[in-house]
Amino acid sequence: MTARDTGRPRLGVLNGLSHVALAVWALLIALPLLWTFLASFKTNTEIFGDPLQLPGAVRLDSWGRAWDKAHIGQYMLNTVVVVFFGTAGTMVFGSMAAYVLARYRFVGSRLIYYYFVAGLAFPVFLALGPLFFVVRQFGLLNSHVGLVLVYIAYSLPFTVFFLAAFFRTLPDAVAEAALIDGASHTRTFFQIMVPMARPGLISITIFNVLGQWNQYLLPLVLLAGDPDKWVITQGIAKISTLAGYEADWPGLFAALSMTILPVMIVYIVFQRQIQSGLSSGSLK
Amino acid sequence: MVRLRRYGFVAGFLVVPVALYSVFVISPYLQAFQLSLTSWNGYSSVVRYVGLDNFGRLLADGVFWQALRNHGLLLLVLPIVTIVIALFLSFLLNLGGGTRGAGMRGVWGSRFYRVVFFFPQVLAVAVVGVLFQAVYRPDEDGVLNGVLARLGAEPVGWLTEPGLALWSIIAVMVWQAVGFYVVLFSAGMAAIPKDYFEAAALDGAGRVRLFFSITLPLLRDTVQVGWIYLGIAAFDGFALIQVLAGDKGEPDGATTILPVTIYKTAFAYNKVGYASAMGVALFFLTVTFAVLTLRTIRREKVEL
Repeated sequence: MTARDTGRPRLGVLNGLSHVALAVWALLIALPLLWTFLASFKTNTEIFGDPLQLPGAVRLDSWGRAWDKAHIGQYMLNTVVVVFFGTAGTMVFGSMAAYVLARYRFVGSRLIYYYFVAGLAFPVFLALGPLFFVVRQFGLLNSHVGLVLVYIAYSLPFTVFFLAAFFRTLPDAVAEAALIDGASHTRTFFQIMVPMARPGLISITIFNVLGQWNQYLLPLVLLAGDPDKWVITQGIAKISTLAGYEADWPGLFAALSMTILPVMIVYIVFQRQIQSGLSSGSLK
Repeated sequence: MVRLRRYGFVAGFLVVPVALYSVFVISPYLQAFQLSLTSWNGYSSVVRYVGLDNFGRLLADGVFWQALRNHGLLLLVLPIVTIVIALFLSFLLNLGGGTRGAGMRGVWGSRFYRVVFFFPQVLAVAVVGVLFQAVYRPDEDGVLNGVLARLGAEPVGWLTEPGLALWSIIAVMVWQAVGFYVVLFSAGMAAIPKDYFEAAALDGAGRVRLFFSITLPLLRDTVQVGWIYLGIAAFDGFALIQVLAGDKGEPDGATTILPVTIYKTAFAYNKVGYASAMGVALFFLTVTFAVLTLRTIRREKVEL
């Protein structure tokens, strides 16, 4: 009892210090983002006069310029299309392969499983040069179809690895009952096993959406020739280079804000799923 | 009949994923090993084999060694700094509330902090790079230098001083990564049974003691997973360095890393063979790191 009484004031000080440390880090995260957002309302002179002052007025013209002239709208749309089909394809083909490899015994099943998992060991930079020429051979350079197929292919190793482990943990009885009742293997998979695997599927979907949304290297190499097809990460990097020549800094920060805001909204709505999805994804 | 249907089903489910993966992942990897033995330039129809010449040149290439040194620094600094900050913050978040009442509790507002900390993780690295260009501007118009100017200090060339540039870039990597590891370690801490803390607190252990004697040893596996992920990240860093420091790893190659060099060699200089040789070197470095780490971990593993 006495220990607890003497302990209290010290706890108060320590708690205070904890909050200071936590608040400092939170500010370090928030301030650059807030500064970007505010800078989009400023004029060039305001941005460069004193970087720490607030904008004199809320000017929205830079947002208009970023949307039309800098094609942020176009880049966004391209990214949404590519990531949608990329993730959808990854999930369909990845879960099919993982399911078969995890739950069916056949000659070579271990071999094919390790064939997929081996992909995890290779850095993507190793494949970069040859990949360009493979995609060109198929005539898929500078096309969204090509990029989607490459995204799916490179997302497969981790997706198969993760989902195979997940499918193995599901009980056998339900699937067996369905088969005895006359359901085909395909139907058992789509109507019984997929719903049962939902938590794992959601985690890995989030993982893939974020990974493909953030991808910079692959579109840089595979879409280089056609700026109309660029994704948002490429677009932002280009606008940033252009801002130096055209001296349209508010436009750059408007473009950045426009990229960050939708991600922030999605994140705030789904933060619980995203956090658990990403960390369980990495813990296997 | 039943067996045949089963095999048909298995084959049907596997054919598309295996084909996509073989064409776009495995075949380029195999070709990279093959091309690393050639002097191919990307368009000529004649592919000339030069044996191990590319690797010999690599060993004599100053840029390659510079990149290796930078990877070495990244490999050392990035995991340590990130893990220390993340452990500290997640300890404050989860156990900082003290031992009053029923067991340990997090500080007030811990959920809010976690949401904020994690946010940079969902931002694209290229976007983060452009964001920090503004933060690091070398004149007084930069965010950091603006703050320094207010304090009466001279502006610092965060990305233009050769001795400082790589550290500035590592700081951005840490900035982005910490939140993820806070969430990871928090999950690990939540899994530690509360009685351990209660028993130790009853015995009079303070919070610092609790951290070093209970949290850290029991969190060991999670920290090691984090170490491997950060180590692998230390061999990447392409998007950030390409955006912040440009294709050549300015200033004067001080921030150059293998991925940036590979990209430039293959697509700006058209030396596909030589770039592939660098890729092979990068592959062996990554694998060596992973194998060494896993072996050390296995040896150190103690039964709890």
